[in-house]
Amino acid sequence: MLNIKNLHASVEGKQILKGLDLQVEPGSVHAIMGPNGSGKSTLASVLAGREEYEIDEGEVSFLGKDLLDLSAEDRAREGLFLAFQYPIEIPGVSNINFLKTALNEIREYNGLPAMSAKDFLKRVKEKQALVELSGNLARRSVNEGFSGGEKKRNEIFQMAMLEPKLSVLDETDSGLDIDALRIVANGVNTLRSEDNATVVITHYQRLLDYIVPDFVHVLYQGRIVKSGPKELALELEEKGYDWIKEELELA
Amino acid sequence: MDTITKATQSQKEKFLSQFKENCCIDTNRDLQNIREAAQAALEKLNFPTTRDEYWKYTRIAPILRGTYHQMPGSEPVDLGPTLIENMDSYDLVFVNGYFSPEHSSRLESESWLVLPLSEARNNYPELITKHYGQYADYEKHAFTALNTAYCQEGACILLKDNAQLDKPVRIINLTQGDAIAYHPRNLLVFGKGSKGAVLLSYETGSGNHAFTNAVSEIVVQENAHAELFLMQHKSDTNSHIETTQVFQEKNSQFQATTITLKGKIVRNNLNVVVDGENCLTRINGIYLTRGKQHVDNHTMIDHRQPHCESHELYKGIMNESSTGVFNGKVFVRQYAQKTNAFQSNQNILLTDQATINSKPELEIYADDVKCSHGSTTGQFDEEAVFYLRSRGIGEASARKLMINAFAADVLEYISIEPLRDRIEAYIEERYETVL
Repeated sequence: MLNIKNLHASVEGKQILKGLDLQVEPGSVHAIMGPNGSGKSTLASVLAGREEYEIDEGEVSFLGKDLLDLSAEDRAREGLFLAFQYPIEIPGVSNINFLKTALNEIREYNGLPAMSAKDFLKRVKEKQALVELSGNLARRSVNEGFSGGEKKRNEIFQMAMLEPKLSVLDETDSGLDIDALRIVANGVNTLRSEDNATVVITHYQRLLDYIVPDFVHVLYQGRIVKSGPKELALELEEKGYDWIKEELELA
Repeated sequence: MDTITKATQSQKEKFLSQFKENCCIDTNRDLQNIREAAQAALEKLNFPTTRDEYWKYTRIAPILRGTYHQMPGSEPVDLGPTLIENMDSYDLVFVNGYFSPEHSSRLESESWLVLPLSEARNNYPELITKHYGQYADYEKHAFTALNTAYCQEGACILLKDNAQLDKPVRIINLTQGDAIAYHPRNLLVFGKGSKGAVLLSYETGSGNHAFTNAVSEIVVQENAHAELFLMQHKSDTNSHIETTQVFQEKNSQFQATTITLKGKIVRNNLNVVVDGENCLTRINGIYLTRGKQHVDNHTMIDHRQPHCESHELYKGIMNESSTGVFNGKVFVRQYAQKTNAFQSNQNILLTDQATINSKPELEIYADDVKCSHGSTTGQFDEEAVFYLRSRGIGEASARKLMINAFAADVLEYISIEPLRDRIEAYIEERYETVL
């Protein structure tokens, strides 16, 4: 589904990703862990299509298409979703109007007719229950005046509404209390299927107790330096990242 | 007299001489007295320059340098550009300042008068002289004096006590031809307990370099509810100065929305004197500028009596190398205790060349009041645009969503739905190509 080969990327002249490889198949959950500054958020930004990031080398294909060739909106229309680490507040644009516009532009791109108002509202009701987001919040301006936990739940609500094929969750656990974390994880788990995949980017193992990954990758200095089963996350939690660094230096 | 003053003086003479020739005489002595007093005031007054604080950011020299014609528009009149879909209204149409009876609905009834001012002056002199020239200050302000001295026509809307207008009245000022100039003069009186909405619009049918200098006096008597919409949609080569002087009596409500979409130099002076207790005043504005347009909104709310409330919200989107000016003054006099006055001006600059001069001002002499003012200016929030795009929304629609969101809290107060739809559609058209 997603195939990243030898990806090099930089921002403001500073090289961050230095030869990253990653392969994600449908139905799988991948966790990407790593110390601060290892390039986790850069990877999320590059995949989502932030223009301030320069691709220096490498390729990324998504469902057979050259992802790097697509605009940010076309990536979303192809089925990529990024849950932001810091969701943006947009005063005056209602969540509902925003999602209706997004959903219909995605449908149009994929040759589908616009969704009827009735079906749309039905989906809103169903999905907001999934992340325990009150109807009131769903109708308010996008993220405006939302608490940190509400913003993250709103990200998962949007993900549920848009039904992406690949979701990248960028530090979705940061700043969440245990209840919010449980709600967010429950949302993600409910949406898991054989056809879609999830990449969870996180600094801590905590989230992975709730969203259990099939693979854990360690990102360090812009490359994936170690991959393993879910137990790797526990090992990292226990030993910290120094152990990886040492292993690398020996090699 | 130094050379600069001489130069200004000769420019003023030349400018004024163009209007003197066409001047009319009022048969009613009281009205003629006002006209002559304004002409005398005009002799003494100088047209403002940027050295005057009140005109600091708006240079009107290009207007004063112009050579103008005063003549009726060519027939047939094409009202196409002024069309607002689904709008049901009583219309008074003026072309180049001349009343156009075949396109208008004159109303004369027990409840109201909706007439061209010239006719009202002749047929109802006692109603007119009570208010005409009593509010707009022609002794101090040159453009108000110019209008009062040389105006020929305009709209007169008088709602008798407890009358309720069943439809909005639309006063359409259409300009046709090159370098046309005129001074529309309107008198709107909302009698006790009456209610009505008036849309005053300025539009261009054809031609360039026109100049209009409008004055409206509006009286909102006890318990009356008045809504005013000012729409300036002239071509980008035409200039416009508009003075709206409002007088509110106790328990009354007045709401004005000024919508400036086009024009070369546009200056709006909106002054509201709140002279009774328990009044509500809401003045909103939206201005969309582009090219080398210059749009200046000066507002003044004068709270003279206690227990009143005023809300003011002006929003601007400046594109290319255009300039916006906002100067909002709220006076709260010593006697006006328990006043709640809120003012806000918000701007988006779409380019590095666009400019806004924003100056909110509060002058408070009472000690038990709740007042606030604020001004914000920013660029487009690119992070927000990216956020919308990352959800599958195309760049153009993302920007459109954001502009609509920005304008929404002004537009929501436009109670005439077809008008609101028209403005929304206009905003969409405007930003379709530039974003």
